[in-house]
Amino acid sequence: MTPVMFLTWGALAIVLGTIAGWSFRWILSRCTTGYVRIAVRQAPVAASFGMLIILLYVGVAILAPLIAPFAEREVVADQFMPWSATNLLGTDNLGRDMFTRLIYGARNTVGIAFAVTVIAFVIGSTFGLLAATVGGWADQLSSRLVDVMMAIPALIFSLLLLTIFGTSIISLVLVIAVIDSTRVFRVARAVAQTIVTMDFVEAARLRGETLFRLVFREVLPNALAPLIAEFGLRFCFVFLSISALSFLGVGIQPPMADWGSMVRDNAALITFGDLTPLLPAGAIALLAVAVNFVVDWFLHIASGLQE
Amino acid sequence: MPDMSNATPLLVMKDVHIEARSNDIWTSVVEGVDLTLRKGEVLGLIGESGAGKSTLGLAAMGFARDGCRISGGSIHFDGIDLLAQSEAGHRSILGRRIAYVAQSAAASFNPAHRLISQYIEGPVQHGVMQRDEAMRDAFDLYRRMQLPDHERIGFRYPHQVSGGQLQRAMTAMAMSCRPDLIIFDEPTTALDVTTQVEVLSAIRDIVRQYNTAAIYITHDLAVVAQMADRIKILRHGREVEEADTAEMVNAPREDYSRSLWAVREYNRIPRPEVKSSSVPLLAIQNISAAYGQALCLEDINLDFHRGRTVAVVGESGSGKSTLARVITGLKPPSQGSIHLDGDELPGSYRKRSRDQLRRVQMIYQMADTALNPKLRIGELIGRPAQMYLGLRGKALTGRVRELLDLIGLDPDSFINRLPSELSGGQKQRIGIARAIAAEPKLIICDEVTSALDQIVAAEILKLLDDLQSKLGLAYMFITHDISTVRAIADDVVIMSGGRIMEVGPKGRVLDSPESPYTRALLESVPERDPNWLTKKLRKSRLG
Repeated sequence: MTPVMFLTWGALAIVLGTIAGWSFRWILSRCTTGYVRIAVRQAPVAASFGMLIILLYVGVAILAPLIAPFAEREVVADQFMPWSATNLLGTDNLGRDMFTRLIYGARNTVGIAFAVTVIAFVIGSTFGLLAATVGGWADQLSSRLVDVMMAIPALIFSLLLLTIFGTSIISLVLVIAVIDSTRVFRVARAVAQTIVTMDFVEAARLRGETLFRLVFREVLPNALAPLIAEFGLRFCFVFLSISALSFLGVGIQPPMADWGSMVRDNAALITFGDLTPLLPAGAIALLAVAVNFVVDWFLHIASGLQE
Repeated sequence: MPDMSNATPLLVMKDVHIEARSNDIWTSVVEGVDLTLRKGEVLGLIGESGAGKSTLGLAAMGFARDGCRISGGSIHFDGIDLLAQSEAGHRSILGRRIAYVAQSAAASFNPAHRLISQYIEGPVQHGVMQRDEAMRDAFDLYRRMQLPDHERIGFRYPHQVSGGQLQRAMTAMAMSCRPDLIIFDEPTTALDVTTQVEVLSAIRDIVRQYNTAAIYITHDLAVVAQMADRIKILRHGREVEEADTAEMVNAPREDYSRSLWAVREYNRIPRPEVKSSSVPLLAIQNISAAYGQALCLEDINLDFHRGRTVAVVGESGSGKSTLARVITGLKPPSQGSIHLDGDELPGSYRKRSRDQLRRVQMIYQMADTALNPKLRIGELIGRPAQMYLGLRGKALTGRVRELLDLIGLDPDSFINRLPSELSGGQKQRIGIARAIAAEPKLIICDEVTSALDQIVAAEILKLLDDLQSKLGLAYMFITHDISTVRAIADDVVIMSGGRIMEVGPKGRVLDSPESPYTRALLESVPERDPNWLTKKLRKSRLG
């Protein structure tokens, strides 16, 4: 591919993306009302493009069995077949349909990443908010514990833990969730620390409110905007670390389709100038970009409302 | 000064319009204000917050802050059209010929550099003086600004000098290029009254010595009366009235100008005296408290009675807020005891029963941070009633509506609003309603009116007063503002350095104070008389 062609394709992609984002925003503003409609109308094209992509991924993940031409684990032809009418994107190292695997990969990788992020947030933000609200030795203890965990590089730590606990889906989800919850803890605690010094929290303490109510009624609603923004970013990181672990062979195990391991399994093709193994990597990149577009927009709205 | 230069004005602003942008819509902040200033003249610019006085002050430098634009009119400084200047041309005037002194000197100095290196930056940059010359000049101006140890104070960092000294250093810095015009934007608002007097007199002396013209922006008419030759009153971005200082103080033409004295003129019906035999509602006995080693309250004894207001007056660091924290239980005392209705209160709020917590409520200075921005008014006010009185459902809504009626807000339109949809005065009313909802015996009001404009403050004081006579509440009113004390107090407590200096009925303490500190404090409060500062300084020099 010459540089000129590369630039042409790039420009075409940007134009198409803009048109897609623009028309998606138009459709959205037609079918919403009230506050949501105003927010959607003012959304930048990048954000609506991001929403469109995310929606597309979710749709593909849910409807995978209906869209995919073959079954996830079915061997349909010879190994490494080129793109053709029956096998749209060719076949992989075991002769399974690449297009089908890509679709099921959305389901597995995105689904697991979402589950991990939710668990990481429940653990991390609960303890982060609690630590900031209670303060004192409870805060010191949990913060130092988190510091110790964060001192170990995340990828190496998760490799270690996965080797100990085995590579089942459940242990994968829990290990990454626990490791990522330390990051969420830091963010939640930092945000909450500025909130708990405010007079309304003092007023609530003096009123004799329970700890539960202090955390979830007084502090959490005010910490929500930065936490949701963090959720989007964290989702991308989790996504990447699952793919990285799969690439290293301890993540999602074969024969389940997963974008990270699909890159590894078919990496040999790159030497022959074939783009196919890069497609799952491209799928990961596109989703990461889309999520970040939406998060940026959300942060913008949230900071605007707080003024 | 030759008469010729007095005849031609230094600054002429004609029909100035300034707009600010919010949500991509330009709204008018200043609408067609004219302003002329002769050489050596001081113009006072006063108005409530949001009146556009700071914006107009900046516009006098040909400058609009971020998100604002000067959309119409002309600004001529010494014959130069400031709006037509190139950026470089504009910069050569700013600092050199027009200088600016901001409200918060602490925020305006760069904390990483010594005072004197920030001083000499201007003259050296503009090529007015050499380094050494500028340094000697700094010593001289520091001396003229009555800064202590003027040859060494410049080598300190901003955090190593007091607030009043910093404000004077800032004024000295503004004078460094001997500008023709200085704009003072509320230079003494953040200072204590006793410090304020020193800064005011230093500013006034130096402006007169160098025959500098000045625009003095403030919300305090009494302060501006001491400083300005002429006073201009702004409201909603328009001029209300402009007159010579004496005329403005003695015979303002407009109703609005008169209303700026609202708090000072508000006076409530005095409450009957307490019988000496009656048991106090809250009795503080021998209370001491400390932060680490530093003692911040020392042997405090104080009684609060039903239906009466005790004003606790003091400058920052006097311990008046710590006393409130001790009463609420946020700061357990190291010694002494507090009795409420005859029962001893535990030191920490965590150990107090729900009913004990209910009986002492608090209203905060900043209603913005005292109300959870994510909760609706109904829940904010309803929560104490729900918690303490066990009201649910219809009974709770009914009580919330009753409370809203009581504080003069329409229940139908306010019950579902968020705090961000309210004005400052309305927020403070919600703060009051939340305290009342608990049906308390004692309410601690911590500087509740200091963040509000005069008229709104007077309304809040009146509301508190009405509620007191209706509900028989006791108030502890923490303030540094003597006019507020005159308006609302029955008894006055003067605090300084963690001790009570003087305590007694309002009339006696304010009119014939016994302790020297009280006298000094009261004498530092600016009065309406334009000659007050001159008289005070003469008196202190004689004494």
